[in-house]
Amino acid sequence: MVQFTLPKNSKIRVGKTWPKPEGKNVRKFRIYRWDPDTGENPRVDSYFVDMDSCGPMVLDALIKIKTEIDPTLTFRRSCREGICGSCSMNIDGINTLACIYGLDEIKGDVKIYPLPHMPVVKDLIPDLTHFYAQHASIMPWLETKTNRPAKEWRQSIEDRKKLDGLYECVMCASCSTSCPSYWWNSDRYLGPAALLHAYRWIIDSRDEATPERLDQLEDPFKLYRCHTIMNCTKTCPKGLNPAKAIADIRKLMLERVV
Amino acid sequence: MRYITDRKRAVGKGSAKTGTEHYWAMHVSAVALAFMVPTFIYVFGSALGGTRDEVLATFSRPFPAILTGLVLVVAMRHFAKGATVMIEDYAQGSLRRGLIMFAISLSWVITATGLYALARIALGN
Repeated sequence: MVQFTLPKNSKIRVGKTWPKPEGKNVRKFRIYRWDPDTGENPRVDSYFVDMDSCGPMVLDALIKIKTEIDPTLTFRRSCREGICGSCSMNIDGINTLACIYGLDEIKGDVKIYPLPHMPVVKDLIPDLTHFYAQHASIMPWLETKTNRPAKEWRQSIEDRKKLDGLYECVMCASCSTSCPSYWWNSDRYLGPAALLHAYRWIIDSRDEATPERLDQLEDPFKLYRCHTIMNCTKTCPKGLNPAKAIADIRKLMLERVV
Repeated sequence: MRYITDRKRAVGKGSAKTGTEHYWAMHVSAVALAFMVPTFIYVFGSALGGTRDEVLATFSRPFPAILTGLVLVVAMRHFAKGATVMIEDYAQGSLRRGLIMFAISLSWVITATGLYALARIALGN
């Protein structure tokens, strides 16, 4: 349900300002911090990083801060090249991947928060349990009913092309957490990421569970809570178009009725 | 705290097996209104500023009367369905159901009142 103010224990206060290093090319980072063990409200700490000894991406700066300034800063990261989707966070007001977002794209202080409207585990780590469970609920696998062909299931070049722009999703949750409909109704609305994946399996020429998949989505909330706000498409760090995938599912739904 | 699995929480009560009908109805009424409303504004505008008798004469003619009736019915159905979605977005539980009932009832009251007034004008009191 819609909430217009933060709960008392979520109000953000001013945090610690860490010492500024020597150098001409120093940049300020304002980073959201919250530790459930302290019982304190979240705060925004200020760090200063010498950019002459730092890599070009936001993740490089975060790793430098964690390594050289504050080892308690907590965030997810793994591949460092936009493939794993681990380092998704809100940078300068945009949900994106820290590893492929350049510091040169940001003017002024670098403001970093966890993905919006998700429970926070610690610092920049959101709890994505429900998000992953929603993804699992759309049956993200090839579902077949017949046992022929017994060996290889072939696919034409044209049918394979239909999966382009869908299979590349790395489940970083940037799109879903930028969607107001998902903020207000994430308990029932599947969100752009899960729906993009649902369409990826619906449109797969080898999949034989299309009717069941569409039946599962035939719901005022699961699918039709999308109001074409397009935040998902605008924010996707992989350049995908979840809004189009949702529109295409709706077209298929209409073809069953009209 | 409820001891249920993440999957059970995500699946919830399952599909309502409805939604496309609402989506299609909104499309149909939106397209209909896109044609009807400009025509209605033109007819209404041409009668605007006239004497009482001139206005009554305009809306007594079949085309303006039928058009006004259609605009009332289609616009109010569109409003009721649109308001339902908006309320579903922002309210939950009993409040949600209460507000939806109010929006649908309001649309019918406006439709009935408008049609009654139109009938009196078109059919001459």
